[in-house]
Amino acid sequence: MSLVQLLGFGEQGWGTTLLLALLMTVVLTIAALAVGAVFGAMVAAAKLSRSRTLRILGDAYTTLFRGIPELLIIYLFYFGGSSVMTAVGHFFGADGFIGVPPFVVGALAIGLISGSYQAEVYRSAVLAVSRGEIEAARAIGMSTATLWRRVLIPQVIRFALPGIGNVWQLSLKDSALIAVTGLAELMRTSQVAAGSTHQYFTFYMVGGALYLVLTSLSNRVFDRAEARVGRSFRGTLARH
Amino acid sequence: MNIDFEFLGDTLSKLLAAVPTTLGLFFASLIVGGMLSLVIVAMRVSPNWALNRFARGYILVFRGSPLLIQMFLVYYGLGQFPAVRESFLWPLLRVPYVCAIVSLALCTAGYTAEIIRGGLQSVPHGQIEAALAVGMSRWTVLRRIIAPITLRYALPAYSTEAVLLVKSTALASLVTVWDVTGVAQQIIQRTYRTMEVFICAAAIYLVLNFIIVRALGMLEKKLSPHLRDRNATAATAPKKSSSVALKAATVPDSQHIDS
Repeated sequence: MSLVQLLGFGEQGWGTTLLLALLMTVVLTIAALAVGAVFGAMVAAAKLSRSRTLRILGDAYTTLFRGIPELLIIYLFYFGGSSVMTAVGHFFGADGFIGVPPFVVGALAIGLISGSYQAEVYRSAVLAVSRGEIEAARAIGMSTATLWRRVLIPQVIRFALPGIGNVWQLSLKDSALIAVTGLAELMRTSQVAAGSTHQYFTFYMVGGALYLVLTSLSNRVFDRAEARVGRSFRGTLARH
Repeated sequence: MNIDFEFLGDTLSKLLAAVPTTLGLFFASLIVGGMLSLVIVAMRVSPNWALNRFARGYILVFRGSPLLIQMFLVYYGLGQFPAVRESFLWPLLRVPYVCAIVSLALCTAGYTAEIIRGGLQSVPHGQIEAALAVGMSRWTVLRRIIAPITLRYALPAYSTEAVLLVKSTALASLVTVWDVTGVAQQIIQRTYRTMEVFICAAAIYLVLNFIIVRALGMLEKKLSPHLRDRNATAATAPKKSSSVALKAATVPDSQHIDS
C-alpha cells in the first residue's frame, strides 16, 4: 500500500483517525491547562501569602509535581483511581474491573503537573507588578476587586503570557504520556496504526510531524498574543 | 488505614535494585547528550548557513516533539529497515537499553544546546575583545574566557534540565527497560497496591533529584568564588594574617614619610 493510501482519507487510510486524535490531544491539553490554571493560581496565592504554613504547602506541591516523573503520576491516578472505583463498585455489588475515564484522569494528572509550573509563572508575574501602582490604587480608594480588575489582572496576563506559552508546550508534549491509559489521542493512535500496519517508522514520523505542527502553530499564536498584549509597552520589553 | 510494612519493605528493596538501571540511563544519556550538544551548539553559532540551519532544525524537532514518540521511533522504527538490521550496529540497536539511551541523548542534546547557547550569549563582548587584543589565540580565548563564563551562566538552567532528564528516564520503562518505573508498574499490575508502590517510587525519584540539584549547586558555588559574599570571608579570616597585612601596608608608608 502506498504512502498516500496509508495516510489518506480512503477506506484503508488512517488520515481521519489521526486528525481526530490530533483534535483529542488539543482538547486534552486545553482541559489540562484549565485545571492547571486553577491549581496554579491557588498555589501561587499560597506561596505569596503571609502564612508560613501556606508557603510550605505551596512549596511541597511544586516540589512533588516537578520532581516526580509524569508517568508515575499518571499511573497513580489511573490505576489508583481505578482500584478505588473498583472497590466502590464492589461495595455496591458490581462485578469486575471498573476503570476511571481516561480523559478525566489524563486531564487531571497533566493539569496538576502543569499547575506546579503555572504557579511559578503566576507568582513571578504578580511579583513583577510594581508596588507603586498597587499603592497608588489603594491611595485613591480602589476596592480590592477593582484593584484586581484594573491594575493587577491586565499586567499579570502580560507578564505571565511567555511562561504560559512554555507551559502549554510542555503540557502538549506531556499529553503524549496519556497513551498508557489507552485514550485515543495522537500518541496512542500512532501506536495503534503503527502496530496494525507494521509501518512503525511511517506512523511515528507522521505522529511526530503532527506534534511539530501543533508546537509551531502554538508558538505563532503565543507570539501574536504576546505582541498584542504588550502593545502599549513597546520599547523595554518587546525588543526581541 | 493499616500499612503493610512487609510489603512496603519488599517493594522498596525491589525498586532499589532497579536504581542502578535508572542511574545508568541518566549518566549515559547525560554524557552522550552533553557531547552531542556541544557539537550542535557549535553548529548553531557557526556563520556557515547550512550548519546553522541544520542545528536550528535539530533543536526545533527535538524540543517540539514528545520524547515518547522519539523513543518509539528509535526502538520500533529503526528495526523496521533491513539495512539497519544487517548493519554492524544492530547488536547494539536491538537492545532496549541502548535505544533508550540514544533517544534520551538526542533529546537532551537539543535542550542542552539551547541552554549553552544562552550561556554563550551572556559572555560580555568586551572580555573577548580584550583577550584577542592581548594576543590570545582563538582556542585560548575559548578555553580561558568563553568556556568558564558560559559554564557559570548555564549551570542554573542546566540543573533544571538534569532534573528533567531524571524524570525522562522513567519513559524507558515503556520500551521494556526495567528501570524504577518499569519495576513499579510491574508490581502495581501484579498486586494492585498502587499507593504504596507509588510512594516508594516517588520517594526514590525525589531523593535522586535532590542529590543532583545539590551536586550541581555545589559545583556552581565552587565555580564562582569571586562572586561570593566578601564580608563573610573577611570576618572569618584569621586575625593574625590581617594584622600582618596591615603592618606590611603601613610600615613602608611611614618609613617613606619619615625619610
